[in-house]
Amino acid sequence: MLIINNLHASVDGKEILKGINLQVNPGEVHAIMGPNGSGKSTFASVISGNEDYKLTKGEIFFEDNDLLELNPEARAHLGVFLSFQYPVEIPGVTVTNFIKTAINASRKAKGIKDMPAAEMLKKIREKASLLDINSKFLSRSLNEGFSGGEKKRNEVFQMAMLEPKLAILDETDSGLDIDALKIVANGVNKLKSKENAVIVITHYQRLLEYIIPDFVHVILEGKIVKSGSKELAHQLEAKGYDWIKKELS
Amino acid sequence: MAYTEEELKKELETKEYEYGFYTDIESDTFPVGLSEDVVVKISKMKGEPDWMTEWRLSAYRFWIQMEEPEWANVNYAKPEFQNISYYSAPKNQEKYKSLDEVDPELLETFNKLGISIEEQKKLSGVAVDIVIDSISVATTFRKTLSEKGIIFCSISDAIKDYPELVRKYIGSVVPYKDNFYAALNSAVFSDGSFCYIPKGVRCPMELSTYFRINQAGTGQFERTLVIADQSSYVSYLEGCTAPSRDENQLHAAVVELIALDDAEIKYSTVQNWFPGDKKGKGGVYNFVTKRGICHSHSKISWTQVETGSAITWKYPSCILKGDNSIGEFYSIAVTNNFQQADTGTKMIHIGKNTRSTIISKGVSAGNSQNTYRGLVKIEPRAKNARNFSQCDSLLMGNSCGAHTFPYIEAKNNSAQIEHEASTSKIGEDQIFYCNQRGIDTEKAIALIVNGFSKEVLNKLPMEFAVEAQKLLEISLEGSVG
Repeated sequence: MLIINNLHASVDGKEILKGINLQVNPGEVHAIMGPNGSGKSTFASVISGNEDYKLTKGEIFFEDNDLLELNPEARAHLGVFLSFQYPVEIPGVTVTNFIKTAINASRKAKGIKDMPAAEMLKKIREKASLLDINSKFLSRSLNEGFSGGEKKRNEVFQMAMLEPKLAILDETDSGLDIDALKIVANGVNKLKSKENAVIVITHYQRLLEYIIPDFVHVILEGKIVKSGSKELAHQLEAKGYDWIKKELS
Repeated sequence: MAYTEEELKKELETKEYEYGFYTDIESDTFPVGLSEDVVVKISKMKGEPDWMTEWRLSAYRFWIQMEEPEWANVNYAKPEFQNISYYSAPKNQEKYKSLDEVDPELLETFNKLGISIEEQKKLSGVAVDIVIDSISVATTFRKTLSEKGIIFCSISDAIKDYPELVRKYIGSVVPYKDNFYAALNSAVFSDGSFCYIPKGVRCPMELSTYFRINQAGTGQFERTLVIADQSSYVSYLEGCTAPSRDENQLHAAVVELIALDDAEIKYSTVQNWFPGDKKGKGGVYNFVTKRGICHSHSKISWTQVETGSAITWKYPSCILKGDNSIGEFYSIAVTNNFQQADTGTKMIHIGKNTRSTIISKGVSAGNSQNTYRGLVKIEPRAKNARNFSQCDSLLMGNSCGAHTFPYIEAKNNSAQIEHEASTSKIGEDQIFYCNQRGIDTEKAIALIVNGFSKEVLNKLPMEFAVEAQKLLEISLEGSVG
């Protein structure tokens, strides 16, 4: 589904990603872990097409499409979704209006007519209840005055609505208390299927107790230095990232 | 490609005037120039009574002694007033009873604009009084309205059919001595709309007028007079589009509203005159005087969506003369390319317990300049007057400007005046966020601008709000490469 070969990327002339290789197949959950500044968020931004980052080398294929040839919205239309670490505010645009616009934009790109209002409403209700979101929340301006937890819950709500093939969750656990974490993780788990894949980017092992990964990758200084099963996450939790650094040197 | 400042600028530059076409209809046009003879001729052509001709002449004599004002925050080549033709009317002047009789080319024009009269008639129950150039060519629903005693007709007809009403109120809110453009309009106004709502009557439908400049080189001088008698209510819609033209066209309208005791007038405008091309060539000069007077316990509410014109000079105002009267001003002004807008309002509190609200949203893009200018004046007798003002500006790119000039004069110390202002920029992060959700940059900008303007859009009547949203998108969209 997703094939990344020797990916190099830099920002303001500084190289952040220094040769990432990764393959993700449908139905898999991959966790990407690493300390601050190791390149985790850059990795997510580059896959979704943020042009703040300059690609210097390498390739990304998604279902045989060369992603580097496509703009961010075209990637989204293919089914690539990024749950932002810091979701932005759009004053005056309600959660409902935003998701409606997003869904219909993707449909339009595929040559499908706008989703009928009744169907949209039904879907919104269904996905909102999955994430314990009430109707008052849906009528608020996008992310404006949202708590950290509300922002992340809204990200996962959008993911539920858009039903992406590949969801990248960038530090979705940060800013969440344990109850919110469970709701969000539960939502993600319910959306998992044999056809779609999830990449979970996180500092801590905490989230991975609720979203069980098939593979865990450790990024250090812009490279995946170690890959393994979910056991690797436990080892990291116990021994810290220094353990890997020592092992490498 | 993700969005960058540079690309956005490029996109906005490529925006072409959506409604830039020209209708080929035969018309009668006066030779250029303005003199007492021309004023008399206009009045005679229209078969006006002597008092009207005299009033026009007084206005003209006053106007020739005046100078064009220069205090607004706009720069333009001043119109050569002797190079303008002051009268233009479609040649076939019979009144049409049905649409079949109307020039098909004219109907085609309206179809292009998406405002076909038929649609309007059938779908929204809106009575439409269309002004093409200077003469009303179609008036609908007049019968339904007349059953309620409501008068809705062209100002020319009103001068003939209801001279006592016109004579009593014309110039009563905007005297011809008020300002340069008002004086000019008073001397040469070609046509416009007249509306009278009798005592205690609630007008059952939105009254709507579509204006359109059509003849090359013809200035258009509309005159609108709306009178809401005691305890009556009316909602009036005014919408404008104009065909693309190279030379500048002058538009100097006057709108007067009179809300008698306990009456309410809601006046909504969508203005989309030709804004000039991407280099700032051409476009309409829009110098408008709009003012309403509120008697006791009455209310006047102005809502405007301004997206067109090369130069906009416009301050819909309220004179809160009666005790407990209310004035409101809700405005969205969008400028792009080399457009310049200097717009706002004046709230003059004279009566006791008068209240006013001002919500102004300015969106600037390209090399445009967008100015809010507002006056809140509390007269000595206006005990317990209140005002709330909010002015928000949204900027796109690095070459445009947003300016705010709020003036406050309080001569009664019981007044409460609040003013809030904000300036923000559309962020690349906002655009990228939308892009990541599958929304392209054009649509993202439209979404963000609509969100920014929401408080004002919500004040528009439903069918107008949809049109206004479309217009905001058109004004700021380009073809994304």
